[in-house]
Amino acid sequence: MEKTILEVENLRIRYGGAPTDAVRGVSFTLGRERLGIVGESGSGKSTVGRALLRLLPGATITADRLRFAELDLPSLSEKEMLKVRGRRMSMILQDPKFSLNPIRRVGDQVAETYLRHFRCSKAEARDKALAMLEAVKIRDSKRVYDQYPHEISGGMGQRVMIAMMLLADPDLVIADEPTSALDVTVRLQVLNILDGLVRDRGIGLIMISHDLNLVRNFCDRVLIMYAGRIVETLAAADLDKAKHPYTRGLLAAQPRIGGGRAPLAVLDRRPEWLEEIA
Amino acid sequence: MSVSVECRDLAITFGTGPTAAKVLPGVTFSVQPGECFGLVGESGSGKSTVLRCVSMLTDIWTGDILIGGKPVRDMPLIKRCRMLQMVFQDPYGSLHPRQSVRTVLNEPLVIHKLGDREERMRKAITDVGLPISFLDRFPHQLSGGQRQRVAIARALILEPSLLLLDEPTSALDVSVQAEILNLLQRLREERGFTYIMVTHDLAVVDHMCDRFAVMLHGEITEVLPREAIPGNRATHPYARELIGASLEYEGAH
Ligand SMILES: Nc1ncnc2c1ncn2[C@@H]1O[C@H](COP(=O)(O)OP(=O)(O)OP(=O)(O)O)[C@@H](O)[C@H]1O
Ligand SMILES: Nc1ncnc2c1ncn2[C@@H]1O[C@H](COP(=O)(O)OP(=O)(O)OP(=O)(O)O)[C@@H](O)[C@H]1O
Ligand SMILES: [Mg+2]
Ligand SMILES: [Mg+2]
Repeated sequence: MEKTILEVENLRIRYGGAPTDAVRGVSFTLGRERLGIVGESGSGKSTVGRALLRLLPGATITADRLRFAELDLPSLSEKEMLKVRGRRMSMILQDPKFSLNPIRRVGDQVAETYLRHFRCSKAEARDKALAMLEAVKIRDSKRVYDQYPHEISGGMGQRVMIAMMLLADPDLVIADEPTSALDVTVRLQVLNILDGLVRDRGIGLIMISHDLNLVRNFCDRVLIMYAGRIVETLAAADLDKAKHPYTRGLLAAQPRIGGGRAPLAVLDRRPEWLEEIA
Repeated sequence: MSVSVECRDLAITFGTGPTAAKVLPGVTFSVQPGECFGLVGESGSGKSTVLRCVSMLTDIWTGDILIGGKPVRDMPLIKRCRMLQMVFQDPYGSLHPRQSVRTVLNEPLVIHKLGDREERMRKAITDVGLPISFLDRFPHQLSGGQRQRVAIARALILEPSLLLLDEPTSALDVSVQAEILNLLQRLREERGFTYIMVTHDLAVVDHMCDRFAVMLHGEITEVLPREAIPGNRATHPYARELIGASLEYEGAH
């Protein structure tokens, strides 16, 4: 935790043509740790992630401070950004199949990430890609290597994205719902891989997730977002002690094994939540 | 009207020659009218493929699929669409990028010659917890969870008897998930909808389903009642492992 990898201060983002800001004054820092971001659908979680990688054409981004390691992100040229994006800072996108090229074999796309960042032969890149597909527990990795994105399952798509990220060996990983389509057994294996990166390589990990069990058990700290703002920050172990009514409402809305069949608790969203800041 | 679903020896192979992959070797299960039937299991085991076969999105399968006792293959397209609808696992892929939400919801109403279109669209979008102004948005202007809710609204707007739900809520925060699951429960009580629901969340299965099948490598290892989850009463080793892991995953609090 000692070393700061990312500093974000008063980040605001407005999409082109939108009447209001999608992200309204978000501030946080990230060390060598696992930071969870949970929050309402549409609250701006993916937007924050994409802004850090400058993947928001047409949007207006302002911040008092946006530092990644030694870099002042807003002042980088697009050419300099190309060296950072994917290589030093990598994002696992929420819609894997949409992020892959539909007309190229998935394995070739994984191998290409390696070729783009490291000097090596095509055959070496292929071997690396195959090994990585196996590392993320894809059965039958040779067959999957040759498949096209529409031929792989949802959970395979997520693991292909994770394999690409792992090959680039970045210092900061932003994982947007990386394991939502994985069965619990495989999910735990993939989380272990990510955990290893934080523990052994000291990367910083941002985990955007709706899975409260995941952030509670896997992350160190959790930010809770609502309508473009952070409304609460908690140690993950203290998630159940959350005070904000939105967070409390989330915990109450979660179905539980053995929990009965009465309608699930739903949130009464209060207008005043829009203006509070943690 | 409630319908049953009957799958017998459903088999599918993709590709030919040495690279052919037998994804489903022969799956048999039946769903009662008005039941919520869960499909869980290993990622890549063929859960989405089963739904794609039942909905005739792919027709290269062999075996029998009967809906309400009638072979799905013999159903004319227009009748099939009123009978069954599917919500896809991957909401991006299922919405046309250049169609506004209004177009997405209006199109089925036009094709099926239904009246009160504006009213039905407003109701569908409100049912899934989105503001009416979202009718004029395009898919790229929506968050992941908002797109999924549009896909659910599109499936509901024709009021089909059978809904095939492929991880309908895994992209949603639990408060929106609660609203959608409550809505699905209510529709089932009021209109007798039948559901086949794929999910990785056994708490959702326990909350929604009557019975569920556990899949591994294209085969159903075991069909269990929901009551088998809390005490892990599965007998097949993989089903036991999966339920055990889920109990542990949820349990640490
Ligand atoms: N290109 C765009 N133009 C206009 N508005 C957009 C655009 N992309 C996203 N939005 C809006 O910005 C808000 C934040 O979206 P974002 O994708 O960051 O949400 P999210 O927190 O990741 O939600 P989810 O959990 O559903 O993925 C949403 O209300 C969304 O509708
Ligand atoms: N069009 C296709 N061509 C070739 N193989 C396919 C095709 N569609 C699916 N498959 C293969 O069928 C298997 C089952 O895929 P399916 O999408 O049904 O899995 P799933 O159980 O839904 O997994 P997940 O939980 O990850 O979504 C996978 O190995 C996949 O690669
Ligand atoms: Mg998102
Ligand atoms: Mg699937």
